[in-house]
Amino acid sequence: MDRRTIFGGQLLPALLVLPQLVLTLFFFYWPAAEAVWSSMTTTDPFGQGSVFVGLENFAELFSDPLYLQAILRTVGFCLAVSVLAMAVALLLAVFADREIRGRAIYRTLLIWPYAVAPALSAVLFLFLLNPQVGLIGRWLNRHGIPWDYHLDGGQALLMVVLASAWKQVSYNFIFYLAGLQSIPRAVVEAARMDGARGWRRFRTITLPLLAPTTFFLLVVNLVYAAFDTFGTIYAITKGGPGQATETLVIKVYRDGMINQDIGGSSAQSVVLMLGVIVVTAVQFRFMGRRTSA
Amino acid sequence: MATLELQGLRKSFGETEVLRRIDLTLADGEMLVIVGASGCGKSTLLRLVAGLESPTEGRILLDGTDVAARDPAERDIAMVFQNYALYPHMTVFDNMAYGLRIRGLSRDAIRQRVDEAAGLLGLGELLQRKPRQLSGGQRQRVAMGRAIVREPKLFLFDEPLSNLDAKLRVQMRAEIRRLQRRLGVTSLYVTHDQVEAMTLGDRLLVLHNGHPAQLATPIEVFEQPADTYVAGFIGAPAMNFLDATLTESGRAARLAVGPVLRFPDGPRPGPEGRRLTIGIRPEHLALAAQGLPLAVELVEPLGSESLIHGHLQGGVPLVVKHPGHAPGGETVQVALLPEHMHVFDHETGRRLPPIGAETGAPRLVAAGSDQ
Ligand SMILES: Nc1ncnc2c1ncn2[C@@H]1O[C@H](COP(=O)(O)OP(=O)(O)OP(=O)(O)O)[C@@H](O)[C@H]1O
Ligand SMILES: [Mg+2]
Repeated sequence: MDRRTIFGGQLLPALLVLPQLVLTLFFFYWPAAEAVWSSMTTTDPFGQGSVFVGLENFAELFSDPLYLQAILRTVGFCLAVSVLAMAVALLLAVFADREIRGRAIYRTLLIWPYAVAPALSAVLFLFLLNPQVGLIGRWLNRHGIPWDYHLDGGQALLMVVLASAWKQVSYNFIFYLAGLQSIPRAVVEAARMDGARGWRRFRTITLPLLAPTTFFLLVVNLVYAAFDTFGTIYAITKGGPGQATETLVIKVYRDGMINQDIGGSSAQSVVLMLGVIVVTAVQFRFMGRRTSA
Repeated sequence: MATLELQGLRKSFGETEVLRRIDLTLADGEMLVIVGASGCGKSTLLRLVAGLESPTEGRILLDGTDVAARDPAERDIAMVFQNYALYPHMTVFDNMAYGLRIRGLSRDAIRQRVDEAAGLLGLGELLQRKPRQLSGGQRQRVAMGRAIVREPKLFLFDEPLSNLDAKLRVQMRAEIRRLQRRLGVTSLYVTHDQVEAMTLGDRLLVLHNGHPAQLATPIEVFEQPADTYVAGFIGAPAMNFLDATLTESGRAARLAVGPVLRFPDGPRPGPEGRRLTIGIRPEHLALAAQGLPLAVELVEPLGSESLIHGHLQGGVPLVVKHPGHAPGGETVQVALLPEHMHVFDHETGRRLPPIGAETGAPRLVAAGSDQ
């Protein structure tokens, strides 16, 4: 923060930030404002125009058991995805951190999935788990294990959790690997000299020293699971069967775009937006404190 | 407390041979200081003993048992690292207690040992602090404490004082020596500080490119360096070296810069004209009315003494340590004191003892096995 360039006058600085401001204005503030506005309206019965109804949409939302279920489902989904993606990534990072042959190749391969588009990762899982054409799906059915995520909500949820977590493993892996490598080698060696081995050394030395990374990743993963998994879920299950895989974001889309309940859907978006703001604020708080400490 | 014996220890990293044949024995309670230039393999030697690296060849006997194949956890050795390597997320107390908890000591026993060590090191007030809330000297003490509480068979120190300022270093140096004596734990201490090398150990091992160049008491290393490398490495400012040839049937050396010096301790072997290197420390040169003319280039006044850097005729560099202030002038006359000169063979660089005294240096380690 020391290297600042000071521009004189008013015009040049204004011009320099203008493009960013325009973008933010058109792609965030405008739609956000529109969402806030339409969350307080409802379409009249003949579809002729919208009527201002105040906070009625919100009141309706929070008394809707389906919405409350969706919240719970989303929380569960986010936790499952985050924990799975982080645990697998940590395991892989621990192995990649060792002195092994072909380490560079191994690491590169692990980073690749991050570059795969959500829809593609969904297709990948379809090819694996589809009951008719999927490798694993067919194998399961042939061996007497009924597998069809079109019918079984639990299986559908499992599948979107797997697909969503898989995509995030790479990202977590990079951070965990960097975290592991920033642990001073001498500290680990001191623990070895103190007699600590294996799981115990991992639990008492490595894991605590990774705590900042873990916290950061937890926030990022929760946000990812809550908002960025739309593509993956929609490509695999479209939120079904029933509402089995309908997270809040999917619900916004289904209610708004498919069921044409613009007011209710907008109210949901506004709630989500507030959620993002809170999470981001929390994250900035902690991260800011860490770096300045 | 234990004895340590290294037998034919070698270590290579791929093609690079870092340690070539280290043989040494440490008596129970002995402190051996290892010195050598940067990169000569000091840390590698310690890490082999610690078990953090495994030897390419050779045996490491701790109390007579070969531990070369054992995990560090099974060796019962404590190490103090150069950058302390404290556990940053634990309090001072937990840092010290960590190894004891792993050994399964009772809470009371742990508390007692940690308190004792903390008392010994003056850490009593700091037990609940985290390492980042400590000064460098305090961290150093915690690292010591962590080693002490374990009551290990062996202490390893890898340049433990190099991150401290000069004053603290002097203080901690004395403290380490006192503690080591008091606890009587066999120790290996790596340093490249001259004073630590001279004062801390019972014996001194000078490493040169992975070879043991000399293993002897510090005084012996200083007074009878085994070769020109050791002679130049131990002592500050470094020893001066002058080319010479053997003359007067081995009873004197003719310096390339002129004068003939008779050996006070007896004749050296070899034919007339054998090439020698004569070593003489700066403090054993004196300014005199009559002597070798030295063209002065630089005078460093150190307060109680001055260092005079210059050239003899033919461009041979020479440093003189002169008590008091150096006289002005562009040339001074320097007298050599023959009783303090060291005689080395020019080809091998090895010390050339007087005839009949060759057996008088049994503690030279086989650095010259390539002879
Ligand atoms: N893991 C390793 N892989 C390859 N080479 C290594 C490794 N560790 C050390 N070396 C090499 O071995 C040599 C000796 O290293 P070492 O750390 O023992 O030196 P040192 O005497 O402790 O030096 P310093 O005084 O600078 O600490 C160096 O040339 C170093 O480059
Ligand atoms: Mg070293």
